[in-house]
Amino acid sequence: MSYRASIVSFPEIKEPLLNKRTSRDKNKIMTPAPFDACDLEGLDTPETLPEIPDVSQVETIRHFTRLSRLNFGIDQGMYPLGSCTMKHNPRICEEIASKMARIHPADDMAMSGILEKVFELSGYLEEICGMDASTLWPAAGAHGELTAIMIIKKALYIRGEPRRTVLIPDTAHGTNPASCAVAGFRTVNIPSGDDGMLKASILKEYLDGDVAGLMITNPNTLGIFENEIRAIAAMLHENGSYLYMDGANLNAIMGITRPGDMGVDIMHLNLHKTFGTPHGGGGPGSGPVLVKKGLVPFLPLPDITHTDNRFSLGWNRDTSIGMVHSSTGNMAVLIKALTYIYSLGAFGIRQAATMACINANYLRARLSPMFNLPYPGATLHEFVLSDRDQGKNQVTTMDMAKALMDYGFHPPTVYFPLVVHGAIMIEPTETEPLEELERFAQAMQAIAETAQEHQESLHNNPVTCPCERVDEVWAARNLVLTWDME
Amino acid sequence: MSFTCETRASLETLLNTIGIDKKEDVFSSIPEDLLFKGKLNIPEPMDEEKIRRKMDFPVSGTIFAGGGIYRHHIPSAVDALTARQEFFTAYTPYQPEISQGTLQSIFEYQSMMADLTGMHASNASMYDGATALAEAALMAIRKKHVKKVFVSRATNPSYRAVLQTYLASHVDVAIIEIPFDPKTGRTDMNTLNETIDKDSAVFIQNPNFFGICEPMKEVSETARNAGMWGIVVNEAISLGILEKPGAFGPDIVLGEAQSFGNPVSAGGPLLGFMCVKKNLLRAMPGRVVGLSRDKNNTQSFCLTLATREQHIRREKATSNICSNQGLCALRAAVYLNLIGPQGLRDTALQCAFGARYLRDQLMDKGINTVFSGPFFHEFVIRMDTKKRKDLIKKGIVPGVDIQNVYPEIPDGLLVNVTEMNTKKECACLIEHL
Repeated sequence: MSYRASIVSFPEIKEPLLNKRTSRDKNKIMTPAPFDACDLEGLDTPETLPEIPDVSQVETIRHFTRLSRLNFGIDQGMYPLGSCTMKHNPRICEEIASKMARIHPADDMAMSGILEKVFELSGYLEEICGMDASTLWPAAGAHGELTAIMIIKKALYIRGEPRRTVLIPDTAHGTNPASCAVAGFRTVNIPSGDDGMLKASILKEYLDGDVAGLMITNPNTLGIFENEIRAIAAMLHENGSYLYMDGANLNAIMGITRPGDMGVDIMHLNLHKTFGTPHGGGGPGSGPVLVKKGLVPFLPLPDITHTDNRFSLGWNRDTSIGMVHSSTGNMAVLIKALTYIYSLGAFGIRQAATMACINANYLRARLSPMFNLPYPGATLHEFVLSDRDQGKNQVTTMDMAKALMDYGFHPPTVYFPLVVHGAIMIEPTETEPLEELERFAQAMQAIAETAQEHQESLHNNPVTCPCERVDEVWAARNLVLTWDME
Repeated sequence: MSFTCETRASLETLLNTIGIDKKEDVFSSIPEDLLFKGKLNIPEPMDEEKIRRKMDFPVSGTIFAGGGIYRHHIPSAVDALTARQEFFTAYTPYQPEISQGTLQSIFEYQSMMADLTGMHASNASMYDGATALAEAALMAIRKKHVKKVFVSRATNPSYRAVLQTYLASHVDVAIIEIPFDPKTGRTDMNTLNETIDKDSAVFIQNPNFFGICEPMKEVSETARNAGMWGIVVNEAISLGILEKPGAFGPDIVLGEAQSFGNPVSAGGPLLGFMCVKKNLLRAMPGRVVGLSRDKNNTQSFCLTLATREQHIRREKATSNICSNQGLCALRAAVYLNLIGPQGLRDTALQCAFGARYLRDQLMDKGINTVFSGPFFHEFVIRMDTKKRKDLIKKGIVPGVDIQNVYPEIPDGLLVNVTEMNTKKECACLIEHL
């Protein structure tokens, strides 16, 4: 398999920065002018025009169209980023969300209809997770984590037990300890067992009266189901601590097993992962938080109330942690997620999780003869390889990730989780056909073979992309963040 | 349907390769007693036509509501360009070689935000204006060890609420509200002169939540004595006609840029922004794109300052934020380029003209503004709840009800006019009063 087999080709264009094209008096789009000029009494308005580029409409359209062609999207090919769940983004979701574009939050009548829909969504999310209540307002996964940790903090405070420690397994996402720090907790790292699972016997040694909770990801970032989770939950509850679940990997288990049934007290979801809403090149996402009954009084403001089929926002929750967003979160993303759930139905949700795990296990079976698999136990929707074998030939995970681009794939998540040397974390998702999985397996095989015979060539990839390896150290050292700093 | 692609034949290949007999065996590592045996209480799969029928959202015809979320003209090309799958389905640009499109457009967004605010640099955007304010306060605590955070009571109430939520864990830091003058609606800086010192951070919104423009020169003379001070911009369109906030010497300018090409969309997604002075570059939270070069010395872009982020720093990170509002920032960049400098100024002027037009009509009807200070495109009047609700039933949203968040302004209603309104709509509101 050669690079030329790549089905993705990037144009050979270098698009100059927009400020380089600017000149005065370009023919612009007409802006609406419904009102006559009048005196602006007392308002200081300098005569100078704001400093933004001045380019024509056609040039703007060409510029961003050309830039888009330097990107790689899901519709171009497989995006097997572990723990990121890069699945197909159905277009119907975009279409439906566009219908709410003109609704202002002060438009009570229109908002009632939207709130009714997102209230329905929260019911489905609670059903899928086996939880009792939820808030939809956190704008991203890390925002959901922070909200959840604040809820735990408030619950302990009201209980009169201001505990300060949160336990975090060594396989956790980096945002977990960061969210704890923002909420004023200290974090303690817990080693997982040799099989990649968190052990009740290990956890036991860390439990004391200062432990507010444990943040677990299930399945964890190695793709392994934490099969001691019930015992872990019981042990935490015995200690007066909460079990928090990072729902980043819910795609593996939705419809199959429910966090609420495992003993989870509070969790967050990533709608932009599990529920098919697009990542948008970094956002907007959505990170709803779901809780068991005991934590309902601490959920953020506002909640959704309804009387006589009219839905509105409620502000009566005395022990709430308060507001976490200036409005009600990323509403358009919530409507997309509901549209996605409508499309799947109960059956489709289970089918999605099943095929996500089957696709991942297929790739694992295909790749494990060629790569080191540090955790050989059963995995669900993702698995982690190591660069140990290729490292003997001075080929790193970075080299292999960059080489994959030349075969037309977005690389997997790399160098995470930290417990694996040169981790390559692969999550194909349920929406990849067998042919595409096989093409990926063959590309990985070609790379593994190159690593044995022509390893030097792997230090030069990518060679077919819009640019070659970017010098990230140079960027951090020189810190040019705007065109004026150039 | 679940958008999967398996066929009977391909499933057989998949299962054989894995070495299992049936699909369910892939879950054999989950303890039997944890398997969910019931049926999810979720409707049957729906076709697109059914979904379209279920998801229909009527909108009121005449809207004079802003309050931090504003209706503005969005050129058609904004939707067309940002709907390109290369942009909207892409992941965070961690792999720069195949993400130059996202990276360069965010770099351009950062450049334009820094230019518009008159600050040194901008991050790649934040969840919204409220969390941007909270993060700015956290930065002041982290960097300057401030013990008091002064914030004008004329700052968007939900921003202050979020600030309070975020600072709850900092028991040694006090949030102190600066009162506003009940006549002018301007922040009363006189009460502050003595209390502001290096242990404090100060945040002033301009134009403030009542739409009133603050006397920024006076504000800056007091606020500059603080350890850190920031200007909150709740309505980015105001940058089209007002003096650049950076001209008053703040350490931070932050706020909401939803108005740049993003629809009101029932309240979100929004587009928080943060711009800083040079000395705060490395302390700024959130994602940042930097210029770089590749192996051949060709200009290219990548995410930078990652060493202060949570992937590497974990609990020692400057913030837990791991994403930005990427697509919203792209919309802002496209929008600004489409309307250009003159378009932005004209749009801001239209808002200011329109607000005065409606204000005059209301005055003729005997309804006066509550505050006398100079305003941009929003002002406060009094209207009782019943009247407001009657109007909404008629498809007219006369403004944002603020009496719950400002009990000192009974029946307070915040009225906003933008270039999206017309004289006819103003007449319609007046007629139904």
